[in-house]
Amino acid sequence: MNHQSDATTASFDAPRVEPAAGPAPRPLYWSVRRELWENRSIYLAPLAIAAVFLAGFLISLVDLPTRVRALAALTLAQQRDALITPYEVAGGVMMLTTILVSVFYCLDALHGERRDRSILFWKSLPVSDLTTVLAKASVPIVILPVLTSVVGAVLQLIMLLLSSAVLLGSGLSAAALWARLPWLQMSLLLLYHILTAHALWPAPVYGWMLLASGWARRAAFLWATLPVVGIAGIEAMAFRTSHFLAFVGRRLIGDVPVHSFAPDVFPTDPMSHIMPGAFLSSPGLWIGLVVTAAFLAAAVRLRRYQGPI
Amino acid sequence: MAVIEGRGLRKVFGAMVALDGIDLRLEEGRILGLIGPNGAGKTTALNAILGLIPYEGELKVLGRDPWHERDRLMRDVCFIADVAVLPRWARVSQLLDYVAGVHPRFDRAKAESFLARTTITLGRKVRELSKGMVTQLHLALVMATDARLLVLDEPTLGLDILYRKQFYDSLLNDYFDRSRTIVVTTHQVEEVQHILTDLTFIDCGRIVLACSMEEFDSRYVELSVRAEQLAAARALKPMYERQVLGRSLLLFDQVEREQLAALGEVRRPSIADLFVAVMGNQVVQPQGAGR
Repeated sequence: MNHQSDATTASFDAPRVEPAAGPAPRPLYWSVRRELWENRSIYLAPLAIAAVFLAGFLISLVDLPTRVRALAALTLAQQRDALITPYEVAGGVMMLTTILVSVFYCLDALHGERRDRSILFWKSLPVSDLTTVLAKASVPIVILPVLTSVVGAVLQLIMLLLSSAVLLGSGLSAAALWARLPWLQMSLLLLYHILTAHALWPAPVYGWMLLASGWARRAAFLWATLPVVGIAGIEAMAFRTSHFLAFVGRRLIGDVPVHSFAPDVFPTDPMSHIMPGAFLSSPGLWIGLVVTAAFLAAAVRLRRYQGPI
Repeated sequence: MAVIEGRGLRKVFGAMVALDGIDLRLEEGRILGLIGPNGAGKTTALNAILGLIPYEGELKVLGRDPWHERDRLMRDVCFIADVAVLPRWARVSQLLDYVAGVHPRFDRAKAESFLARTTITLGRKVRELSKGMVTQLHLALVMATDARLLVLDEPTLGLDILYRKQFYDSLLNDYFDRSRTIVVTTHQVEEVQHILTDLTFIDCGRIVLACSMEEFDSRYVELSVRAEQLAAARALKPMYERQVLGRSLLLFDQVEREQLAALGEVRRPSIADLFVAVMGNQVVQPQGAGR
């Protein structure tokens, strides 16, 4: 029996000549491209938010020369705060954007293709369910964090350039600004922070949302949140505590030590304060990644059985 | 060599038996019409062949197990499952890029030359196309793919007659050759009759009739008789009888053609007539028993 089936497979494969033209298929790459085509908010949302933020910053530039002249009266720490705050807020806004876009993306990722029946088209192509789910998982865990970091870095660069232009226009020096806001270091820090605290750390939350979007026939948001609310409710009734909810919340907002700043002081050389070793060796990260893998494996298995809804 | 070979194929959804242990066999280079009423199990059978659903029983498609090797199998199998499954947000050029990027046997230039014959331009989004154009687009993608088996599930549902005719004409003229195999399900039976080489009627998850079109032509004869010959014709035990414009049309299975020719006009029946005869008999029988 085995011999026979092997023979059949071989005879179907043997006479085929693969067309010489055309590159080797790259299903994962094209599946990620497909996600970016379908979900344009992945890049449009960070760009739009950066643009809005920049507009607000432009208005604030009006009194920048006055503020810089007043700096002399302040202590060094106060000076830095006064200059740096908008840049910190810019970074924070990009982090928030990463979380929001990831949540909305994940809740729709495996739902949309079933809702619009296009899953029948995707499944007619030689792309495995594993490849498809990995491509979708890569959006919140790799693509979006890198994208928002780059947009954030460019945003901060434009802010620096605009500030310099305003200062130079009022006959002031911009040197102090550039000395206190090391752009390259800030950009690297933003990338590091978003990749660790807002991609790897919350990965299990995104994995769960992907799974829920593959499971739900409708209202993926409810299916994703109700179990969490249920467990939190049981815990609250039984033990009068709320550890589970706090735990999920800390995961989602990326509340994890990835650097050693004092809470309200932004250091001059931020990259020397990062703690990648401590982060990468924390059991919480690795347990989270294992749980993520389990959720994704379940999502792959689920997609195999699924048709349109 | 069999492209599709299934034995004891069975699929149960809850309490409903969608496929009740059917055997299927389709040789290379054939065009099979899978005909049946709604809910007969056609789509379930196709989904099993395409690896979209698990099933009980044995099934090999191009020598592979579809449920466990779907992605590998899809290099050699194309399908248009239902109309309008192309993603509505996609641009035509994006679909071409994607299929060219993931499918080793897709010829982009060929797809573009098919599209050049239509009014579809590369910059259009699927949501801007009419239903007929979406089908043309899907057909262009399929025809530019060098697959061995093409599965069509109601490919022309909801299209106007021009698009339907064009669809099957392109399929036959530009796509089909003796090394390809096609399985098609449709309710517009009369439109596919001339392209089929094999016919299978399916009802309630069972195969009611399976024959090649050669057998179909030699076995089934339709006889048009006037009233005075009717009794003699009925004596030959027609499988079905109906009245059209004052004449009786009787459908015979395996009755000598010469014998029938003496009674009236002998014709090749349409698949639709045979379908009604076979299915109609099934439905009518219990009522007849009650009378």
